[in-house]
Amino acid sequence: MSVDKATVAKIASLARIQMDDDALERMVPELNNILGWVEQLGEVDCTGVEPMTAVIPNTLRLRDDVVNADPKTGGDRRDDILANAPAAEHGFFGVPKVIE
Amino acid sequence: MSNYRIHGATGEWEVVIGLEVHAQVTSKSKLFSGADTTFGAEPNTQVSLIDAAMPGMLPVPNAECIRQAVRTGMAIEAQINKYSRFDRKNYFYADLPQGYQISQLYHPIVGEGQLLIEKDEKAGIPEDKIIGIERIHVEQDAGKLMHDQHPTMSYVDLNRCGVALMEIVSKPDMTSPAEAGAYVRKLRSILRYVGSCDGNMEQGSMRADVNVSVRKVGDTELGTRTETKNVNSVRFVMAVIESEVRRQVDLIEDGGEVVQETRLYDPDKNETRSMRSKEDAHDYRYFPDPDLLPLNLEDDFLEECRASLPELPDAKRLRYINELGLSEYNAHVLTAEVETFARFETLLAITAEHLGKPESDTATTVANWSMSTAPGVVKSLGDEANLEYATAEAQAAILKMQDTGKISGGQAKEIYEIVLKTGRSPDEIADTEGLKQVSDTGAIEEAIDAIIAANGDKVEQYKGGKDKLFGFFVGQTMKAMQGKANPAVVNQLLKDKLG
Repeated sequence: MSVDKATVAKIASLARIQMDDDALERMVPELNNILGWVEQLGEVDCTGVEPMTAVIPNTLRLRDDVVNADPKTGGDRRDDILANAPAAEHGFFGVPKVIE
Repeated sequence: MSNYRIHGATGEWEVVIGLEVHAQVTSKSKLFSGADTTFGAEPNTQVSLIDAAMPGMLPVPNAECIRQAVRTGMAIEAQINKYSRFDRKNYFYADLPQGYQISQLYHPIVGEGQLLIEKDEKAGIPEDKIIGIERIHVEQDAGKLMHDQHPTMSYVDLNRCGVALMEIVSKPDMTSPAEAGAYVRKLRSILRYVGSCDGNMEQGSMRADVNVSVRKVGDTELGTRTETKNVNSVRFVMAVIESEVRRQVDLIEDGGEVVQETRLYDPDKNETRSMRSKEDAHDYRYFPDPDLLPLNLEDDFLEECRASLPELPDAKRLRYINELGLSEYNAHVLTAEVETFARFETLLAITAEHLGKPESDTATTVANWSMSTAPGVVKSLGDEANLEYATAEAQAAILKMQDTGKISGGQAKEIYEIVLKTGRSPDEIADTEGLKQVSDTGAIEEAIDAIIAANGDKVEQYKGGKDKLFGFFVGQTMKAMQGKANPAVVNQLLKDKLG
């Protein structure tokens, strides 16, 4: 598997990363290098082996349905949430107008 | 099979419809954070560092959301997947600071199930129909954008961001707007019975993506479909289908082609339009979320989920018909909404207890009262009715008086009016307002004797075989008693006296 310049440009656009032509050109061999390296894994015969989705032998822990049980993972902290927002107004984030 | 057809210039067309319903899961806190989910709070006050996608925060799933999704799956008789997983659906938009939605593409928590829509000939559903459900998966909701508050900026409120949704995907089994409407209503009813979603469409707790394609009658291959996003009422779902079907047929017949695309519904113009900005939005680059281990459901947990399910709409409807002896129509109406059957069942239990009769003996009376008489009185009173006085106890007392012949049906209504206005006790009203039937045979006999004496000719005709005159005597007696005589007693006495 390899990517060409057009594919790199598409990926960049989907991720909203602006790249000029030079950057795109540079990125093509870099990405292909990584893809080639990962592709080596395909040489391993893993017929009959269940796909591994996590590297630790553990199952997902669930949380009780309690509001603001821990301040670190709860709400009610608007000032913190908006602290780094460049254009917060009236408790909202302000962003460049995006309208359908 | 529905017989919904579109008459085009080149022939008859049929429509194929699939719905993806997003239902907000009823839970106190969000899917992956402890922030509150209550609707209508001040902007951004219910946002955790996780919901705002601050670096280093990790999601931990809310057990209640998982439980509600499983219970919902069980309620649609679906396969529950003991192994499921979360994936990242990547898209870039201001309503989702993570840059991806955590969803379940490859291994959803609930697999194939089904739901029954009931026949409704008036609506064009000639018989009961099973609609297949492809899957239910759990995912995060996004925040809300407001575009009209500032000349150059959009405002973002992330309160809804991270609230749990169930996406319930139907098979393309619906073939008319009526079927799609019935499907959404039935699904909403099941969700509300189960308690996994409040079904409040005005607040956006349920919204549908409507997939529509058309084909010539007789064709077996599906046409190209369009998807109209975020339709938030049953009426609009049906309107979207009607307008989209018409658009697609006209387009094809004019030599064009339907483009597979996302569309938006404009209720003011009653038409859909293309969302061009979403053209490459389908390139979601899904991959397993490395922050979340696979979700394994234990047998104990599944058993607890199953045990907690209430009697569901179809089972309840059949029980009403078979055990309580209600008509299909009454059973359908009474079981459609949680509030309706709850009120009915409470009133039925109390009335049956007061009367010392089994519920099946009085169910039809209580059903007619609940569905027609009582709402009629409330409506006629308008603002004068204080619904706090509409207790099951008061209504049961009225129904008991009616059942035992103490009051007539008309008097029951009059008494209920006074109850709703004043909160007085029905028995006391009947006694003090003279709203009672006279069952005292002495008084009725007196009236009958006078009528017989005054209408000798009619008595002769009656005795001569003119049976229809019996009604005349009943009418005269009731009139003499000012409508307050117990009709059963009047009938009996008249029969005795006229021989």
